[in-house]
Amino acid sequence: MQSGHEAAEITANGIGKAYGDFHALRDISLTIGSGEFLTLLGPSGSGKSTFLMILAGFETPTSGTLRKNGADITAVPAEKRAFGMVFQGYALFPHMTVEQNIAFPLQVQRRADADIKRSVDRIIDRVGLRGHEKKRPAGLSGGQQQRVALARALVFEPSVLLLDEPFSALDKNLRSSMQEEVRRLHQETGTTFVFVTHDQSEALALSTRIGIFNQGQLQQIGTPKDVYERPANRFVAEFLGDVNFLSLSSVKATADGAEGLFEGHPMRICAPGQSVSEHFAIRPEHMVMFEQAPAEGNMLKAEIGDITYLGAETRFGLKTSGGIDLVLQMPTREVKSAFQPGRQVWAGWPANQGFFL
Amino acid sequence: MKSDRLKPALLLSPLVLFLGLAYLVPFLGVMQWSVTLPEPGFGQYGKAVTDPLIQSVFFRTFRICLIVTVCAVAAAYTIAYVWVRGTPAQRLVTELCILIPFWISVLTRAFGWVALLSNRGLINTWLQAAGIISEPLTMVRNEFGVVLGMMHFLIPFAVFPIASAMRSLDERVFLAARGMGASRLRIFWSIFVPMTMPGILGAGLMVFVFALGFFITPAILGGGRSVMIAELIYLRLFQSPDWGLGAAISVILMLIVGALLILMLRLVRPNKMLG
Repeated sequence: MQSGHEAAEITANGIGKAYGDFHALRDISLTIGSGEFLTLLGPSGSGKSTFLMILAGFETPTSGTLRKNGADITAVPAEKRAFGMVFQGYALFPHMTVEQNIAFPLQVQRRADADIKRSVDRIIDRVGLRGHEKKRPAGLSGGQQQRVALARALVFEPSVLLLDEPFSALDKNLRSSMQEEVRRLHQETGTTFVFVTHDQSEALALSTRIGIFNQGQLQQIGTPKDVYERPANRFVAEFLGDVNFLSLSSVKATADGAEGLFEGHPMRICAPGQSVSEHFAIRPEHMVMFEQAPAEGNMLKAEIGDITYLGAETRFGLKTSGGIDLVLQMPTREVKSAFQPGRQVWAGWPANQGFFL
Repeated sequence: MKSDRLKPALLLSPLVLFLGLAYLVPFLGVMQWSVTLPEPGFGQYGKAVTDPLIQSVFFRTFRICLIVTVCAVAAAYTIAYVWVRGTPAQRLVTELCILIPFWISVLTRAFGWVALLSNRGLINTWLQAAGIISEPLTMVRNEFGVVLGMMHFLIPFAVFPIASAMRSLDERVFLAARGMGASRLRIFWSIFVPMTMPGILGAGLMVFVFALGFFITPAILGGGRSVMIAELIYLRLFQSPDWGLGAAISVILMLIVGALLILMLRLVRPNKMLG
């Protein structure tokens, strides 16, 4: 796909934002690679939106610097940065038609009329709004308004596109089709996307990398697989999904991980590069349920508590012999009829699953 | 079931009764005068629309009301902008400036303007003392005084619908425009003003309709030289007892106001007007 987008690399160095004594952001340093799809993930009030506003230039950081392709843009106001932005609630111009909304940024940049018409035409096709050009936003569905907002933010081929919780107002089905759309637009335009959300599954599905925020601090940044399977701390581990925590005893570091005991069962953990501790964690879907003790791998004995049917997956509440509650999740088609509440079973997992916290 | 529908009707009945007695019955009386005095027929209406003097008063009234409307709405727009988007201190001062005039009677305000603007009023005295002018400026007993006095009275009424339109705007729309590189001026004229247009139109029509019926202010500040329609009706009814003609002019004015109100309701939804 031909495209005039020149994706930019953004580097934040020690960005902080304080309102009086309240620190909305502390010492954020990260690099957003050119053409990357970076998601800023965190609960509300974690500082992710503030960081996006600083990237956009609507807020000025109280400390730190921001660079675009190496040039300092910390003090450059939003109107001079010319990043594309999609707002929560879309922020369309209600008195303008779809066409006029999309043409607005080009008119502001004083492009020639013919040029504007061509660009608007092309983006209308690209986001699938053909036939709606003359409508006003009030006459469009939520998904269509979303498309107008995307078109308006992309039409001037910005080097960076910022998206602030764009899907929060959409229902689940529309949400996933818009996620597809955004991913496609990212691939087609090749521009740098920075996406803010509090929805972890959205973040995992869309991003090349995820930055996780909590209480104004960047907790971890990495690929979806990294942050999900090797979370840097308990907050990240719990925010990205369910996790079981096991306290090991007699932990010894080995060449590629550690060995220890959990309720008398020997555990061997293969986790190269991780700092070893007695706090071991494993995700529910990384454990497998057995009727008999498996021949190899880590295992522990537990009793089935409640069972939750989730469609494709089924979720088991387990209680270990030491009284610790665990959660195990497996594909429904692999659930055996013997797995009933009260039944003693074995939960096992290979040595390379799980992580230390 | 029936009593459910009856109850609201019963609760509303005092209001309906009051409006009927206080407005409808007198208005029907005026309509009756207009076609019966001094003799039955539509002769007074014919006179009202053909008499050059009455025509000129109608034209003057429309001209003054139009000038007042444009000036008052422009001023109200500025005031509403500061009131809605200013700093907390600016908002407080603006709010006081809007509210205090409401506590002062329209008569007092009209005389206040006379004291300020007359040939021996404060402004002329100062300007002469400062040597800026030698002859006093004529600022009352003419249209200028009338326009000024009417604007002063009507601006607060125009502020409310405009401010309510400004308050309902989504701040992110302006952020979006800024992010696209639009200057403040561009945002104001391309986004802010069009988005508040329902408020502007509502305020404009309201001011215009109010202005059409103005009596005290033009009578005092115009000094009998720029007679407006309400004053003309008064003169016809009470000075030269010509009740039929006065009533006919009243009915014509009423029809014009009614037509404008219908237009206003079509242009802006009423809930957007006073919100």
